Amino acid sequence: MKVVIGQGSCGIASGAQQTAGEFERYIKEMNIRNVTIEKTGCIGACFLEPIVDIYSAEEELEGRYVNVFPEKVEEIAKAHLICGKTADTYLISKENEEYLNLQKRVVMRNCGQINPESIDDYTKKGGYKAAEKAVKEMQPENIIDEMEASGLRGRGGAGFPVWKKWKATREQESDVKYVICNGDEGDPGAFIDRALLEGDPHNIIEGMIICAYAVGASSGIMYVRAEYPLAVERLEKALKQAEGKGFLGKNIFGSDFSFDITLRIGAGAFVCGEETALIASLEGQQGLPKIRPPYPSKRGYWKKPTNVNNIETLANVPYIIENGGALLASMGTEKSKGTKVFALAGKAKRGGLIEVPMGTTLKEIIFDIAGGIRDGGKFKAAQVGGPSGGCIPEELLHTPVDYESITATGAIIGSGGIIVMDETTCMVDMARYFLDFTAKESCGKCNYCRIGTRRMLEILERITTGTSKDGDIEMLNELAEKVQDGSMCGLGQTAPNPVITTIRYFRNEYKDHIVDRKCTAGVCKFETAQQ
Amino acid sequence: MTCNPNEYGCGKYPELEPVLDKYADVRGSLITVLQKTQDLYGYIPVDAINHIGERIHVKPSKIYSVATFYAQFRLEPVGKYLIMLCKGTACHVNGTDSIEEAITEFLGIKDGETTEDGFFTLNNVACLGCCSLAPAMLVRSSEGTEAYGNLTKEKTKKILNDIKGREAKEVKI
Repeated sequence: MKVVIGQGSCGIASGAQQTAGEFERYIKEMNIRNVTIEKTGCIGACFLEPIVDIYSAEEELEGRYVNVFPEKVEEIAKAHLICGKTADTYLISKENEEYLNLQKRVVMRNCGQINPESIDDYTKKGGYKAAEKAVKEMQPENIIDEMEASGLRGRGGAGFPVWKKWKATREQESDVKYVICNGDEGDPGAFIDRALLEGDPHNIIEGMIICAYAVGASSGIMYVRAEYPLAVERLEKALKQAEGKGFLGKNIFGSDFSFDITLRIGAGAFVCGEETALIASLEGQQGLPKIRPPYPSKRGYWKKPTNVNNIETLANVPYIIENGGALLASMGTEKSKGTKVFALAGKAKRGGLIEVPMGTTLKEIIFDIAGGIRDGGKFKAAQVGGPSGGCIPEELLHTPVDYESITATGAIIGSGGIIVMDETTCMVDMARYFLDFTAKESCGKCNYCRIGTRRMLEILERITTGTSKDGDIEMLNELAEKVQDGSMCGLGQTAPNPVITTIRYFRNEYKDHIVDRKCTAGVCKFETAQQ
Repeated sequence: MTCNPNEYGCGKYPELEPVLDKYADVRGSLITVLQKTQDLYGYIPVDAINHIGERIHVKPSKIYSVATFYAQFRLEPVGKYLIMLCKGTACHVNGTDSIEEAITEFLGIKDGETTEDGFFTLNNVACLGCCSLAPAMLVRSSEGTEAYGNLTKEKTKKILNDIKGREAKEVKI
């Protein structure tokens, strides 16, 4: 039998390592034989951590136990491992099973299933077969055709068709080309890339190999945030294993294609999620974006053609090559194909990662899958897309999540972060929070972004402390427009979104603050009015 | 390459020499060098900047500009325990501001400051990615990193008090 304990960052923070230690102690103490203890990545149900799966010798799942804190271990182990009966009190409930059953797993298909630190686990699930097929049997052009057929669009935020980017890099003539995997997941509320790296690092590496072969690159760089130490650790291991098996290095799969990957750790700057800023950072510079065109596909890292893709984008690639583009294209909507992973947090009952086909409505995600608001609260808004996104009110919950529909509300899919808010969240304070973030993270290159976000923040600070002036809302709207127009990169162009959407959908709350000097959510603390 | 002994910082950072040897001729490695420096010393000493500059052929002003651009780099030493308080969106919605208040009340330090006894430094960070445990913080010391989630004001004070208690015990022994 096999005891598998989920040990992603959130599992570990919930005490999964202590739980694993308890299992180990008990199994040794009771001298139970033929039981191994293994780890796996995050299955995405963070609210159920620590999660323990017990498999039979035939690798069949016999019981999934949730919230297994160390004190529950003995009872579970005794019942299941000694007596051969499931410890029913601690099994996952029907309701919580729905959380997983209602999802469609493509990029997360191995997360919470395999041991991320074992390349054999990955190859047993068919891993590296797609890379082998690509390198041995396919021409780069066929791969790009397959990507086109899949309809996959970039998951980093902008939603640019992936095949077009690859083709543009492919068409450049150059002795050296690069592939960069963008793992600078800077949105303070998204943790999709982290879970993918922690749970299934080989899938990303395989995606990069296929991408490199298709665009004609010989060198790759993985750029990961320093705030994700576990992801970095597992990726380092995975890269070594892949090199050991000959999936990376010279003459991969016996072909004349050679490719290596270097791991680089980010130094902490939100703007480095923008591809030209990311490249500047990799070159040892301040992370300042450059005007595009020329796009990195033409002139990128060290002025060579460079293809930059986000982690979740690359995680789709092995699936597409293995199954054909048409399968991915059969999921989702007309213009947004495949699935999207969302990081759900805030006041939702069941928080974690949710992978659904594009086109699923926000209502289905927040209410059917995540179970609505916890502690009997009432839904107020969902912030979609982090600091670049917007707040979507209850009346727009029927909006399907695809690039165009979400953009029409004033938010963006962006990083895939969804923060659910209830009546105890003040929308003006939320706008202030995000502006505070973007104002600090503005690199300072464009005046409107550098100064405009600062001025907007000052106005929001006035409103949330009860010292606002007449015309503040109008001034906010005017500045928002100017910052959008006058900024060169996505950071500035989207920074006003939280302000614009909260004014659009929650103007009453602004009025409460300005006219009545009150905050209905009870978040803002007003200075006593001075006469 | 040789180092002018009259220059600031030369000979003061022997642990850094292997790093500088390795990266001296690797273009674009400045950020990696700074990260390794911080790993070694806990921060980037200002005179180390001059020394690094000399060895990897980058102007000190440029190094300073890069070191101050990124949130990760610190130019001041940190306490024995580095508290990284998450200021991500989920933590914000779940009341991380009150946790910061609790830390300030209990230790008398604000974001970026270190206690007088040199034990604790408080750093607000953008997001730790443990959103389901909001509000959350990490405490890092030479013994490793501990994550604490679902914080309340009382719980936070208790965690800090326990660390203080452990420290007091060690001093006695």
